[in-house]
Amino acid sequence: MKCRNNSIIVMLIMTITVFTACTKDLDRSPLNSNTSEVQYSTPAGYKAVLAKVYGSYSLVSSSGVGNSDVSISGISDAGNTDFIRAYWNLQELTTDEAVCAWNDGYLQNLHNLNWTSSNVYVNALYSRSLFQITVANEFIRQSTDDALSSRNITEKDAVDVRYYRAEARFLRAYQYWVLMDLFANPPFVTEADPIGKYIPKRIERKDLFTYIESELKAIDSSLVAPRMNEYGRADQGAARALLARLYLNAEVYTGTARYTDAITYAQEVIDAGYTLMPHYKNLFMADNNLNNTEMILPIAYDATSSQNFGGTTFLINSAHSTDATEVSAYGIVSGGWLGNRSTENLPQAFGDYSGAADKRAMFGTGNLKVSSVLDFNDGLKVWKFSNKNSDGTTPYSPNGTLVNTDFPLFRLAEMYLTYIEAVKRGGIGGSDAIALGYFNKLRERGYETTGGNVSSYTLEDVLNERKRELYWEGFRRTDLVRYNYFTSGSYLWPWKAGAAAGTGVDSHFNIFPIPSSDILSNTNLVQNPGY
Amino acid sequence: MNLKRILRLTSLYLLFSFIVQQVAGQNRTITGSVLNERSNPVVGASVTVKGTSIGTSTDSSGTFTLSVPASANTVVISYVGYANQEITITGRSSFTISLASSGQTLNEVVVIGYGTARRREVTGSIATVTSKDFQQGTITTPEQLIAGKVAGVSITSNGGSPGSGSTIRVRGGASLNASNDPLIVVDGVPLAPSNIYGASNPLSLINPNDIASFTILKDAASTAIYGSRASNGVILITTRKGVSGKPVINFSTQVSVSTLVKEADVLSADEYRKYVDTLGTGNANGVPFKSMVGNASTDWQKVIFKTAITTDNNLSIAGAFKKVPYRVSLGYLNQDGILRTDNLRRTSAGVSLTPTLLDNHLRIDINLKGAINSSRFANGSAVSSSIYFDPTQPVYNTKSPYGGYYEWNLADATNGELSLNKLAPRNPLALLELYRNTSNVKRSYGNAQFDYKFHFLPDLHANLNLGYDVAKGDGKIDVPVYAAQNFLDSGQHNKYNNRVGNSVAEFYFNYNKNIASIKSNINATAGYGYYNNLSTNYNYPSFRANGDTIPGSIPTYAMDKPQNTLISYYGRLIYTYNTKYILAASIRTDGSSRFSPATRWGVFPALAFTWRINQEQFLSNSGSLSDLKLRLSYGVTGNQEGISNYSYLGVYSYSDNSSKVQFGNNYYNLATPSAYDENIRWEQTESYNIGLDYGFFNNRISGSIDAYFKKTKDLLNTTPIPLGSNFAPILLTNVGNIENKGVEFLINASPVRNKHFSWDVSFNAAYNNNKITNLTATQDPTYVGSVQSNGVQINSVGYSPYSFYVYHQQYDKSGKPIEGVYADLNKDGIINSSDLYRYQSPFPKWVLGFTTQLSYDKWSLSTVLRANIGNYLYNNPAVGAIQSNVFNSLGYLVNTLSELTKSSFYYSQASSDYFVQNASFLKMDNLTLGYNAGNIFRNKVGLRINATCQNVFTVTKYTGIDPEIYQGYDNTLYPRPRIYVLGVNLQF
Repeated sequence: MKCRNNSIIVMLIMTITVFTACTKDLDRSPLNSNTSEVQYSTPAGYKAVLAKVYGSYSLVSSSGVGNSDVSISGISDAGNTDFIRAYWNLQELTTDEAVCAWNDGYLQNLHNLNWTSSNVYVNALYSRSLFQITVANEFIRQSTDDALSSRNITEKDAVDVRYYRAEARFLRAYQYWVLMDLFANPPFVTEADPIGKYIPKRIERKDLFTYIESELKAIDSSLVAPRMNEYGRADQGAARALLARLYLNAEVYTGTARYTDAITYAQEVIDAGYTLMPHYKNLFMADNNLNNTEMILPIAYDATSSQNFGGTTFLINSAHSTDATEVSAYGIVSGGWLGNRSTENLPQAFGDYSGAADKRAMFGTGNLKVSSVLDFNDGLKVWKFSNKNSDGTTPYSPNGTLVNTDFPLFRLAEMYLTYIEAVKRGGIGGSDAIALGYFNKLRERGYETTGGNVSSYTLEDVLNERKRELYWEGFRRTDLVRYNYFTSGSYLWPWKAGAAAGTGVDSHFNIFPIPSSDILSNTNLVQNPGY
Repeated sequence: MNLKRILRLTSLYLLFSFIVQQVAGQNRTITGSVLNERSNPVVGASVTVKGTSIGTSTDSSGTFTLSVPASANTVVISYVGYANQEITITGRSSFTISLASSGQTLNEVVVIGYGTARRREVTGSIATVTSKDFQQGTITTPEQLIAGKVAGVSITSNGGSPGSGSTIRVRGGASLNASNDPLIVVDGVPLAPSNIYGASNPLSLINPNDIASFTILKDAASTAIYGSRASNGVILITTRKGVSGKPVINFSTQVSVSTLVKEADVLSADEYRKYVDTLGTGNANGVPFKSMVGNASTDWQKVIFKTAITTDNNLSIAGAFKKVPYRVSLGYLNQDGILRTDNLRRTSAGVSLTPTLLDNHLRIDINLKGAINSSRFANGSAVSSSIYFDPTQPVYNTKSPYGGYYEWNLADATNGELSLNKLAPRNPLALLELYRNTSNVKRSYGNAQFDYKFHFLPDLHANLNLGYDVAKGDGKIDVPVYAAQNFLDSGQHNKYNNRVGNSVAEFYFNYNKNIASIKSNINATAGYGYYNNLSTNYNYPSFRANGDTIPGSIPTYAMDKPQNTLISYYGRLIYTYNTKYILAASIRTDGSSRFSPATRWGVFPALAFTWRINQEQFLSNSGSLSDLKLRLSYGVTGNQEGISNYSYLGVYSYSDNSSKVQFGNNYYNLATPSAYDENIRWEQTESYNIGLDYGFFNNRISGSIDAYFKKTKDLLNTTPIPLGSNFAPILLTNVGNIENKGVEFLINASPVRNKHFSWDVSFNAAYNNNKITNLTATQDPTYVGSVQSNGVQINSVGYSPYSFYVYHQQYDKSGKPIEGVYADLNKDGIINSSDLYRYQSPFPKWVLGFTTQLSYDKWSLSTVLRANIGNYLYNNPAVGAIQSNVFNSLGYLVNTLSELTKSSFYYSQASSDYFVQNASFLKMDNLTLGYNAGNIFRNKVGLRINATCQNVFTVTKYTGIDPEIYQGYDNTLYPRPRIYVLGVNLQF
């Protein structure tokens, strides 16, 4: 009896001892995730994080089309937070190139030129750009030479990682360019700043210009030579093309024109061996990743492996109705979210917009004139992007909606147009004859004959040529701002600022407001004038 | 019974009694009969010689015969739902004992956290519901047993699907983004809220028939002993146990018929034809709307709903085997949902053993429960589809390639070839019949509790409780290749499964000492707890009906094993002076694996004071007053449920195979850094409670009044963070504050109680008002708050959570809403998002419950009524009743609610306050007629028969189908059926 009691007490004491030894059980870690030490212990680990730096503008999340890296209050459809979709909304719906029939106040604000700092689509782009910058910063922080040697990355592998690092710096510079162009004075974070509860500084537009310029020049020697990198990754061609674009718009950003520099860098890209594709339409088809001699840097999509309801899936589906003929002709058998159409200013820019002459005019059904923005039948549909292969076959799509077409973020034609415009605007180092030659190269490719060639051109012609060549590729707002047509009354289009015939608005709409949510969270920020 | 006598009574379950000396001697025999408060015999009541395991139980006529040692002088009579009674047997051998139901007695033993207490000495705000007060009828999940029974506890069922579970809220929610569910503790084992694949609700695997009582701990004084899991209240469930004596067999069988109460008010086929004829002058891509109208007349709701049968059979045997009391139970439920193809079958079993060893020094309590649920889940989208599907189209079409069901097609303009219209609603019946989602879920949970009373110090107990909760969920979804619902994927042949394994170990000492010399009682508890929750969730690719893998769907990881661990130390001291003044203090410290080492330990103290006023001299002559007790309490509790397991860690994870990036000709999975807040910590709630318990006329009238104030700080809110500072624009972090204040009132009365007739009434009322007081780290009046993903509700400072955020609709002279015309609330001349305003709350101001029972001899009639007052509901089905939906450009017609002809909106006016409707209601939950036939078959079998109607009626102004929807957004609920139940209970 006594013994039995003692043994119970011994058991109790043992139990207590066992229990109290368990506090280390509070250190739990997830099965399927890596700490940074593990992640960056191999070159493949670095490449996977580089993939996320790119994936930040080619996808909405790492977990499928339904989730978003940048969930935004008021946006329930993750596809709206995709980079190209958000960029396109702000660059195209605000202009004569596009209207949208979706009855969504925030979306209608765009063509009406009356957005506010709480506009969710404005926030979507701003957040997406800063997200990619933040991820790029992390990669840059983790890939210094010191970090590589402390993690025993061999010198052979370190060569690759240094290319990755230069590409991350390029993508960061690209997104800072986007922010500078649309928001002027955004927050500014680099690899020197921490991750956590930290309030980033604000940067002014002209200082950001200097930063982007210096970054792009600094990484030039660290990037792979033009056309020599893996498809989908940036090289020296992309960095120089961005510099050319930056200089063409420099006067808007800093007040100082830099057309000579624009010519220099456009010429460098043109001389790097890119050539125009013979058929314009093939640039925007599902197999545009293959043998594409004109592409400088694409955003690559794939209906199976790189799924996204933004990007070209958005551009194609939102331009088509559910009409069975129409959707099967463009490779989206269950597509047709029709919303986006053009105002008549876009087709009219071609004169004959049937496509019979200039094959770049790729318009679908609809009424030429837009009597109601919300009427799906008003405004010609734009059937420029397609999910068909150039041989007429339809690539696989798991749901008949997702597409395989890549988006040209930089392509050769833009460099020709940059050269042409910079020469016309007085830049030094180019020549009028070469510029005219480039101008006609584009028209010959568009007409597929010399029938559209010109013998001279004006600055106004350059803008119209840009519209014909680059429509729906996300350039229009920036171009109109550079020509001072975006907000002023000197160039109008249907329903500009909500008026049927169009009207001018205050010039503060040339830049977007800093989203109110970030003004609230980041006390260093200052709202742009007029908002 | 005088008060002195009551004071001397103690309970069987409280093992804090005297050492019994077993003296050998001659036995003698006593007999007796046990009656309830209506003088009916109580079958199966336990009769035990106090302090021993010698005992028996009453037979089917309520009588007992027991051989007792000559030295015995007290026996204890106990029965579930009734207060234990002790009787002195010295000098007598025949007894008639009347048991009083425990709702009306102060000696009732109440389960509290880590122990028990007598009702009269309870210091916190605690409510108990025992089996005799449970809701009647077909009850599939345990929490429904107490709906409407407890002030301040609101239980909203999630719909009418079998086993669909409920949303339980104790005194409103304390959180916005973490969990608001109370902690549920079964026989001392806290259940982790693990997700079991294939179970619509983990509680559906608990057989309500095995439950003896619920105890709800509401204020912090009673819950703080559960520390970090207690902010939303604690529900303690005690299951039925064995009794000593000869076996009692109980068999109950129920059959019930469920019917649809009310169809959604859609346009009939004729009304619809007329509507299209009048207004459908346009066309969609050249196809005139009028040409799309069909010739059939289909009531799609009639097509998908049916009258459903449920059977529920339960068998239990309770008794003692070689002095070990046991109870074994078996249950089989087969429930059809009113939505076709919906079915749940549950087989459950339970074993309870309560042996006492070592001269009554070691009491062991073993409970094992298990259940197997086989479900077929109906495709819930059929419910909304039945509203929208064109009533002029037939159910079947013999030429249809989609399994013979009519579906919308599109014709190719050039060759006339038909193809499925991918965007059209799907045939509601095809959605059901061609979708086969079946699951098989096994769950077992149980515990072994050892309570050891020290031989050298009987006032000291050591208690060890080891518990487990394991589950295995498996299921598969099959859709044939020809079904329109998965046409693009060529059907589906998918599977899912997971495993859950949770374990609990608790150990505590309890010291309980009466010190007569200073009129004091000390009751001290100190303990330790270890809780580990581990799930294993398997991931599979998506398969087509023929078994092919859908490209891009192969998961990156074959499985995941989320795990969290909690370690706790706790202590409590209850000091009672002169039986009048009770001071209780408790403290708990919890360490959670969900937080970083720097923030993972939290401390949760509580303090309570109770004054039993009626024990004072100055009230001793008040004959009518039988109880008066003042309770004051303060405490701090925490909340960690709903916080993800590893959110403080910055880690990289690889992307899905559909989210890869192309470099060259290869696709790479992305290694994604997670956004994290390394300082994330508990939500903390401070609660104040003042309560008064009262009883008059020997407690024929009794009840309580409570007022409380709860303030939660460090509320988790997903707030925008400065962009560029972390890997997301929003971060779940501790920034907010929320307040709840309320009053609860309870009265129980027995207006009539005589030999033939008795009448009991119980009424409870709870008022709760909640308000968000902060949501952001920096104060900014321009921050409107966080709009919910449905777009019409908002969490904002100064308002109730989930307030509606809408425009103020303007009306014409006839009272009809004018489309698109809203009040310019800020008077700036434009109607934009700054004119949105916060309009009403989805949560009721008042929740009322009323129960009454009339008994006349063998007959009884009872009913439960519930009411919610001041809750509003967004009628989303009505929002879709717009012309532009009917006449869309997508090549099909849709039906809508007849709301269409009232508001006649062309475009969606989703943000109009017109659709936010008063959803206050009064419901009769059940009406039961019972007949207790007493003993039949030569007095050997006790027979009871019940007839119940559930969901009898609803009174409301709300225009949708059912006003009772948690959190205010009506998105076509699976309708709750009306159920007619016939039940028979036999006892041998």
